[in-house]
Amino acid sequence: MTRPTPDSAVDSQATRTGPAAVTSKRSPAHAAGLRTPSWVGWLFVAPALGVYAVFVLRPIALTVQYSLYRWDGIGPSTWAGLGNYVRVFTDPDLFASILNAIKLIVFFSVIPVVLGLAIASTIRRIAASRLALVARTVLFLPQVIPLVAAGIAWSWLMSSTGLVNQLLTYAGLGGVARAWLGDFSTALPAVGVIGAWVLLGLCTILLLSGMSKIDAALYEAARMDGAGPLREFVSITVPSLRQEIGVCVTVTVIAALASFDIVYVSTQGGPGNATMVPGLEIYYLAFSERQVGMASALAVVLMLLVILVALPIQWLTKDRSS
Amino acid sequence: MSRRTRWNGAALAVVMGGTLAAGCGAPGGDAPQPEATGASLAAAPTCGTAPVTLNAYIETGFPLAKELSTEFSKQYPNVKWNIREDQFAVITQNAPRVLADDPPDLMRLPQVSELVKNNLLKNLDGYAKAFGWDSWPASQLEQMRLGPGGKTRGEGSLYAMGLNFSMTGVFYNKKLADKIGMSSPPATLAELDDALAKAKSAGIPPIAQFNGGATGGLAFPLQDLMASYGPSGPINEWIYQKPGATIDTPSNLQATRHLEKWIKAGYFWKDVNAVDYATMMSRFVKGEGLFMFNGDWESGNLDKQMPGDVGFFLMPPAQQGGKQAAMSAPLTYGISSRAKNADCAAFFLNWVATDPKAREIGVKVGGSHPMGPADAPMPEVAEDTVTASTLAAGAKIAEDNGAMDFIANATGAIYAKSWTPQLQKLVAGQQTPEALLKSVQSDYTSQVGGS
Repeated sequence: MTRPTPDSAVDSQATRTGPAAVTSKRSPAHAAGLRTPSWVGWLFVAPALGVYAVFVLRPIALTVQYSLYRWDGIGPSTWAGLGNYVRVFTDPDLFASILNAIKLIVFFSVIPVVLGLAIASTIRRIAASRLALVARTVLFLPQVIPLVAAGIAWSWLMSSTGLVNQLLTYAGLGGVARAWLGDFSTALPAVGVIGAWVLLGLCTILLLSGMSKIDAALYEAARMDGAGPLREFVSITVPSLRQEIGVCVTVTVIAALASFDIVYVSTQGGPGNATMVPGLEIYYLAFSERQVGMASALAVVLMLLVILVALPIQWLTKDRSS
Repeated sequence: MSRRTRWNGAALAVVMGGTLAAGCGAPGGDAPQPEATGASLAAAPTCGTAPVTLNAYIETGFPLAKELSTEFSKQYPNVKWNIREDQFAVITQNAPRVLADDPPDLMRLPQVSELVKNNLLKNLDGYAKAFGWDSWPASQLEQMRLGPGGKTRGEGSLYAMGLNFSMTGVFYNKKLADKIGMSSPPATLAELDDALAKAKSAGIPPIAQFNGGATGGLAFPLQDLMASYGPSGPINEWIYQKPGATIDTPSNLQATRHLEKWIKAGYFWKDVNAVDYATMMSRFVKGEGLFMFNGDWESGNLDKQMPGDVGFFLMPPAQQGGKQAAMSAPLTYGISSRAKNADCAAFFLNWVATDPKAREIGVKVGGSHPMGPADAPMPEVAEDTVTASTLAAGAKIAEDNGAMDFIANATGAIYAKSWTPQLQKLVAGQQTPEALLKSVQSDYTSQVGGS
């Protein structure tokens, strides 16, 4: 029951417990008083469980089923066995899209988490000032803006006459100016930058709230022992934020692997498949090529990949003390 | 974990498993059964006199269909409309499901092969006979005819109708043309090359085109070049999925090499791989390009935005006086095989092509040539407008029998999965003309054979 799906893997940090855990934890508290029959717990959970089963589990099961057929979405289907899965790994275009998603992890996860740590600890030092409030708001703003709007705004910024190139030209770097989203070598990193911008705020705020829980006495003690800001950061801040970093990495890695909206709005997978990611490929396969079976197979592979990546992160960042 | 927890886990698994068990058995099979043929009609159908509400699913952003429906209701007050609008991309994705689940009487259609294969569209042969559509120039309806099972296009039963048909070619900015001393449109490919070179050396961007995202707009000049170097017939056969058809022919290779020459000469914008259709249009209107390969759906728009400053010509042939060809396609609308008011919808389609007022709306609002008999009265259009020259080009194409469908319409996936990425690679110097055609052909073979 505690096998994490992508969703519960994220939420497990938030001390949300499953129905089984609820009943077993409640029992000791009530041991002295009235005994509540165990099925009452189920009654409370039933509505949520029903919705979850119909809107999450059933679609997953159907996707797995579809992935074993060749089907255009309307007409009769034919059994394909594992043929669709074989193609996911042998078709160079499909496999390349999975590799692109893995490359995006650098931008969607590594940059936001590392930069977020640095920014959060800087903001914490100036926590009382007005600047900290402004910085927090500005950094979190991308979370509020719809991704589609962000994608459009960034594609203007990165167009050949956009702000990015204007600044470069102004700085005497006109030679590097180019259509960042239309160039084979820069399109994927450019999409990555948009993702980093979106996720940086989330990570910063998460880490900042984590930092506020750290006992100030720890820092004081470290300072008395002669530790500088860097030492404090490495020896106190980072280890104390183990769980928050875990959440950040998990959320952002999933965002990278399952990315769709930013890519769809800014490049639509182009130029020449340079920014094709599995999410977009699934969409094209299902709705323009009408290969529902292939799309489902790729979706199942993507789901397994997400679980495969998220599980070790959960395990590594688990709070060992409890 | 306690023993009870484990038991609860097992119970949960059973509950979940139960919900999932629903919906087993092979997916699909809810498509309509095939109609024998188009039923033959004793007399041409009408909308009658009783109140009728036509359900229409149309493309948003183009006012033509809506204006026609308004005028139709004016002439036939018993007909009311229930119109749903979406972007073409959305219609493309939804078409099969909408036709199966919520059948409209009239619907804007994407590529029809798959819809016919699943029996989602009404066979219009009966109407064609009753209304006399059979006697119109055959090329108008050719693209909407399909063989049994939707396998090949170009012949067979009629499954859709056009509100008008569009024509493509080359628009040019007259002010910029003056600057390079181009007084009349080029008559041969060599003259076009010459004008391009002159523009380049005069510092004028020679070609305004889009090729960004999932929309490989270089397919426009490419297909024009193909028709310039070779006959249009084999290109159409390829698009219609005739057995054994190939795009990898010697003349098409010449055309692709010619396109590559243009790319290497810097005739396209440097950022063409990041330019979408809307950006191309706004830049062309701002005067940032001498030529633009596009279609007459922009004629009305250009007449409004750059009055008197835009000209239009058909792609010139490689040899002086050679036959000319152009991509030309009807604005396709179809009737669902489950439609409630099919007769009235068919009557509307016939009205669009034959009623003088409707034909006028078709030209003035739609900017393209109306459907209908060859001798039907043409609405008057002011000379010296782009609309006038695109309509005249239509006549020339009919004379040369040079109407082609678009190479992007050969299969449902060929544009997004093959032409677009391949042309983007050609621009970036990552693909050769030879390999480009081979790659597109091999994708085509697997898609046509595999579906």
